[in-house]
Amino acid sequence: MAKVLMIQADKCTGCRNCELACSAFHEGRFRPRLSRVHAYTWEREGLSVPMMCQQCEDAPCVAVCPTGAMHRNKAENSVDWNKNTCIRCRMCTIACPFGNAVYDSESNAIIKCDLCSGDPECVKFCPNEALTFLEGTIAVRARKKAYAAKFKEVS
Amino acid sequence: MFGWTGTILRVDLSSGKILKESLDPGLAKTYIGARGLGARIIVNEVDPTADPLGPANKLIFAAGPLTGTYAPSCGRYDVVTKGPLNGTIAGSNSGGSFGPELKYAGYDLLIIEGKAAKPSYIWIEDAKVEIRSAEHLWGKNVPDVTDAIRAETDDEAKVACIGPAGENLVLFACIMNEMHRAAGRTGVGAVMGSKNLKAVAVSGSGSVVAADPDAFKQAVMKARRKIQANPVGGKGLKAYGTDVLVNILNSVGSLPTRNSRDAYFPTADKVGGETLSANNLIRPKGCFSCIISCGRVSRVTDPKFEGLGEGPEYETAWAFGPACGIDNLDAVLKANFLCNELGLDTVTMGSTIACAMDMFENGILTLKDTGGLALNFGNADAIVELTKQTAYKEGLGAKLALGSYRFAKSFGHPEYSMTAKKQEMPAYDPRAVQGIGLQYATDNRGGDHVRGYTIAVEVLGNPVKMDQYATKGKAELVKTFQDLTAALDSSGACLFTTFGIGADELAEMLSAATGVPYSTAEFMKIGERIWNMERLWNLKSGLSAKDDTLPERLLKTPIVTGPSKGRVSELGTMLPEYYEIRGWDKNGVPMAAKLKQLSLAGA
Repeated sequence: MAKVLMIQADKCTGCRNCELACSAFHEGRFRPRLSRVHAYTWEREGLSVPMMCQQCEDAPCVAVCPTGAMHRNKAENSVDWNKNTCIRCRMCTIACPFGNAVYDSESNAIIKCDLCSGDPECVKFCPNEALTFLEGTIAVRARKKAYAAKFKEVS
Repeated sequence: MFGWTGTILRVDLSSGKILKESLDPGLAKTYIGARGLGARIIVNEVDPTADPLGPANKLIFAAGPLTGTYAPSCGRYDVVTKGPLNGTIAGSNSGGSFGPELKYAGYDLLIIEGKAAKPSYIWIEDAKVEIRSAEHLWGKNVPDVTDAIRAETDDEAKVACIGPAGENLVLFACIMNEMHRAAGRTGVGAVMGSKNLKAVAVSGSGSVVAADPDAFKQAVMKARRKIQANPVGGKGLKAYGTDVLVNILNSVGSLPTRNSRDAYFPTADKVGGETLSANNLIRPKGCFSCIISCGRVSRVTDPKFEGLGEGPEYETAWAFGPACGIDNLDAVLKANFLCNELGLDTVTMGSTIACAMDMFENGILTLKDTGGLALNFGNADAIVELTKQTAYKEGLGAKLALGSYRFAKSFGHPEYSMTAKKQEMPAYDPRAVQGIGLQYATDNRGGDHVRGYTIAVEVLGNPVKMDQYATKGKAELVKTFQDLTAALDSSGACLFTTFGIGADELAEMLSAATGVPYSTAEFMKIGERIWNMERLWNLKSGLSAKDDTLPERLLKTPIVTGPSKGRVSELGTMLPEYYEIRGWDKNGVPMAAKLKQLSLAGA
């Protein structure tokens, strides 16, 4: 079974190593604005949340794409973008309910997470396991157990 | 350029003139960046005898070449200026995302000159730079001004600002960025206030590029592995924050207690990192590119001290805690939150209150002076009340705002001030840890631990352990740490990276990032150059060897209880050796041969 990239916001410290790793890998430079992942911090509350493409099973960006450039890759459990067949209508950026696909005019490209072709760089650089890349079933179990463990603490 | 952006932004608040200058590659190579490059510009452009709060002083925000890259925990910037607390070439460094954002906007350094006619703030959006009115923002605290500026610029802008304390020229006001990160020491916030500058807001869409991306990545991965494998860098600081040091320092009899009347506090555990984690910690927080995550998001629910914010660091927990004879962590946190909101240095604030308490208990301060506040050691309400009064210079706060040295002197008793070069010393007792005393006495910005953290070796055993009570070898240790830290600060690295890596790894990352080959030896030599340059400037400002000293209490009055009972600082034994190792004469003046060796001749 293909792996999924799991976000655990409660473990995020807001360090943005993910953004640096992503932009270095994809753009060859440290440019957080062009990262496929962004960790947003609410300073008053001391809370950080990483945001990135969730590779939806029933993806609005795929459904809205008129050319099939945005398409589902069943083998990798990902949503992939084909720059050659894309007409840059940017409908996908409108359709994504999370804002996780954006258009960059400089490179004339749709910027969204592509899981680094199956070996996500952000996961390697996250020092807090806020981003992990796990087998789908394992991912669900790990998360459940983490919350279940809270009951152990209060028992 | 690689690593560096290659551009310096210069803003003259008097004339409104905004200039973009090219960074001289030779200077960049010789001083690296951040603290070193900032100091070099101050030395060149500011008269050492200038009034720190006058328009002739300059205020520099300086990032390093590693700032903005994924070099682990290397996203820092320095504020460099002539400090108002003690007149030295001062400065303070801070984390968060402000330094990286300045670089993404296209600048290594921002030099601020002159004085604005009215309250102002600087808004930098890549190439676009504006001086805007801050008249409607004057008086606002740090979180409120941060939100207000974001509302009128960019909601993701990084904002470095002062609170009411900086506006009111409290001599130890700090500059805060992203609400909770502080360029805390030496009073840099007062310099900003003296220029009528409320804030600098930055939004950068650009990038930082490494000269050799593959070599850089390899060097970074190696450094990460070493830090993560270190018990302090990899686990301890994330689990307990720097506040974990309370119990460690207390257990070795080096926790300055009740204004250094003692160095052991029996109930210290109540304000330590373990208690903090159990009772108040919401989650750890990391600065930009940090893998250590020592930041603490903390909450207090007791209505009396209620609040949510960040902290405390070890120094803060100590300054408002044992230094004041207090073991109420909720009160300590409340005072910490107030300092962050009002823009005050927690170390100097707490230590100055401790000094006042000591004077009150000895009858030098009376209820008339304190406005009816019983300033006995252990009064937890007092630290909260006096912090507020200080920021607004109300009541006793008007005098506390001058720091403990001027405060105690105004009552005719400067000996109550636990300062070196008029800056309050941090949370390590020089009677119990000999090397740190020499560090305090010789530091170029006065009482300070982070520019020569010998505690790593003398107490924590990182990377090797030396006897804390010994004086032998401490002069060499102090020099090595001072030089290393000067170069480390200049690269953009956090001091805590030294819990895992050292000059070897930093030089390797710098070389790959900038394309300038830095050997370990060259890296250390740059640190020594920066240290000597700062020293020369301080001497020109009027300081001399007689200022390389410690309060008489630490030199003559032995510790009363605890593991270090009976000890005093043996500074007099170490100082001459230190001068000699430094290549300075017996008056502490760098000799010609040393200056030539460091290419500082004629400086």
